[in-house]
Amino acid sequence: MTRDRTPLLIGVILVALLAGGAFLPQWAMFMVTIAIARGLVALGLMLLLRAGLVSFGQALYYCLGAYAAGALGRFFGISDIFAQMLAGAAAAGVAAFILGFLLAKYRGIFFGLLSLALSMILYGLLVKNEALGSTDGFNILPSTLFGIRPGPDWVRYAVLAAAAVVALLLALAVNRYLNTPLGRLAPAIKDNEIRVEYMGASARHAVHVMYVIAAVLAGVGGALAATTVGHIDPDMAFWTTSGEFIFITILAGTGSVVAPFAGALLYGVIHTTAYDLSPNTWQLSLGAALLLIIVFLPEGLWSLFPQRRWR
Amino acid sequence: MNQLLSVGVDGVIYSAWLFTAALGLTLIYGVMKIVNVTHGSFYALGAYAGASITGAWLARGYPPMLSYAVLLGSALLVTLVVAPLIERAILRFMYAKDEVVILLITYALFLILEDVIKLVWGVNPYFIAEPYALLGSFSVAGLAYPTYNLILVALALVAGLGLAWILHSTRVGKLLLAVIHDPEISRAMGINVDRYYLVTFTFGSLLAALAGAYTAPTVSVVPGLGVEIIVLSFAVVVIGGLGSLPGAALGAVIVGVVRSLSVHYMPQVELFVIYFVMAMVLAFRPRGLFSLAEPRRI
Repeated sequence: MTRDRTPLLIGVILVALLAGGAFLPQWAMFMVTIAIARGLVALGLMLLLRAGLVSFGQALYYCLGAYAAGALGRFFGISDIFAQMLAGAAAAGVAAFILGFLLAKYRGIFFGLLSLALSMILYGLLVKNEALGSTDGFNILPSTLFGIRPGPDWVRYAVLAAAAVVALLLALAVNRYLNTPLGRLAPAIKDNEIRVEYMGASARHAVHVMYVIAAVLAGVGGALAATTVGHIDPDMAFWTTSGEFIFITILAGTGSVVAPFAGALLYGVIHTTAYDLSPNTWQLSLGAALLLIIVFLPEGLWSLFPQRRWR
Repeated sequence: MNQLLSVGVDGVIYSAWLFTAALGLTLIYGVMKIVNVTHGSFYALGAYAGASITGAWLARGYPPMLSYAVLLGSALLVTLVVAPLIERAILRFMYAKDEVVILLITYALFLILEDVIKLVWGVNPYFIAEPYALLGSFSVAGLAYPTYNLILVALALVAGLGLAWILHSTRVGKLLLAVIHDPEISRAMGINVDRYYLVTFTFGSLLAALAGAYTAPTVSVVPGLGVEIIVLSFAVVVIGGLGSLPGAALGAVIVGVVRSLSVHYMPQVELFVIYFVMAMVLAFRPRGLFSLAEPRRI
């Protein structure tokens, strides 16, 4: 087995983002930061996908993270970006820990449908909650870093830099996790769960851990997206948001922890250009791309479920 | 008391509408084991076809009473064009894949169809209020309801009872039950399983399109119709049990009554309760209220 080069790659990307980020135009900084936020969510989905689980409700944690970050500013006047990400991670992590006891038992479409139901519950609650702005959501205070408020020209770069550091540290941690016995159980659970149990490992425990990690990543991503966009609304929990994350995850494949970020950036680029070129057909191109990847690149980008279906 | 009565009437109307919208989803899952996200697209296709064709019919001054038949015809037309195309050109090559993968494929097709609809019909809303207003209204406990709602109830009854009759009392239905039970043995016994899949997919999609077409007069037909209905249909069929016909009826009644109760007594929890019930059912009876035990797969 060759040495894992992923940490090196992550280091190079981090240096490139920190050094090169300052020279990007404002819109590109925005795009990269959003890609990092979405990439974090997709990274979590990738973990689940390795175990053969597709969550149609990851927007639950994305939205929870965003609202936790927003609540921090709205009710406590805190706008520190690291505090926001921490709040997002904590809110999502606690929720996932509790819900995980239930979800860790589910597989296949039932995992997808239950996670969908849970995210729609949050959507239903937020839409009717006037303290949190109902369908309109609310605006987020401009971000600060350690009590310093960057000038208007620098705030995008500051957010980008903070996002890059946190996201790549998390990616590094996930990469470590993938090489632990617990992390390596995931593909085994996908292949044959009963054998996993016969080996003495608990598939349920492994899935629960995975689920919490995925939620924490989504929570951080949500907080990051909230502070970058400056506005949050209940649509962040709607099922179409989950669909976008699934799209990114499948586009990227499960090859490396860097892949989801690349996938998210690619998604952002496709989204922006396709939307500019023809606003009424960008979903069509996304759908066609998704279809082609699933059908023609099952090994590279989609290595899930290579076996035939048993009935 | 009066309020309870109107809760009941609203509940029946909403349940009937939900049942028609969700019935095809459970049929397709029951026969083909496909969680079909394109179901929402067919609902939207039916609504657009119904609104535009019926709109043209009325604009030409043809008899408005026949517009109900035109709604039916437009749903048939659009489904017979699109559904066999999707099944033959794409889905039939995917049956060997895992359920989750097929779910993603139908999601991709859903995205494509969303934009196809925008390309064909544009993004401006369509209104056809005439069929809705034409029949007048009836009143229950002092509240007036458009008589058109009775058509929705009748549609649900015809669709549900008709499907039950086909499944249990006709040769085709009994062969279909065999296909559901074991597609491979059925094939070996000489049943044309591929044709059954094609017909099932088309018929299931037709039910969605019908629901869409007959909803069109009651709403403004705008992009995003399919996005809303598909999660609601999932909730209905999951509560009753994926693939179960009485289950879909039970799910529709539960969701319909629960929503009607919350609209009248606690409007702020309207959306929340529907998905809360769905999550609770999944938590305690993952295969739905009407479900049979399934052997553990190895």
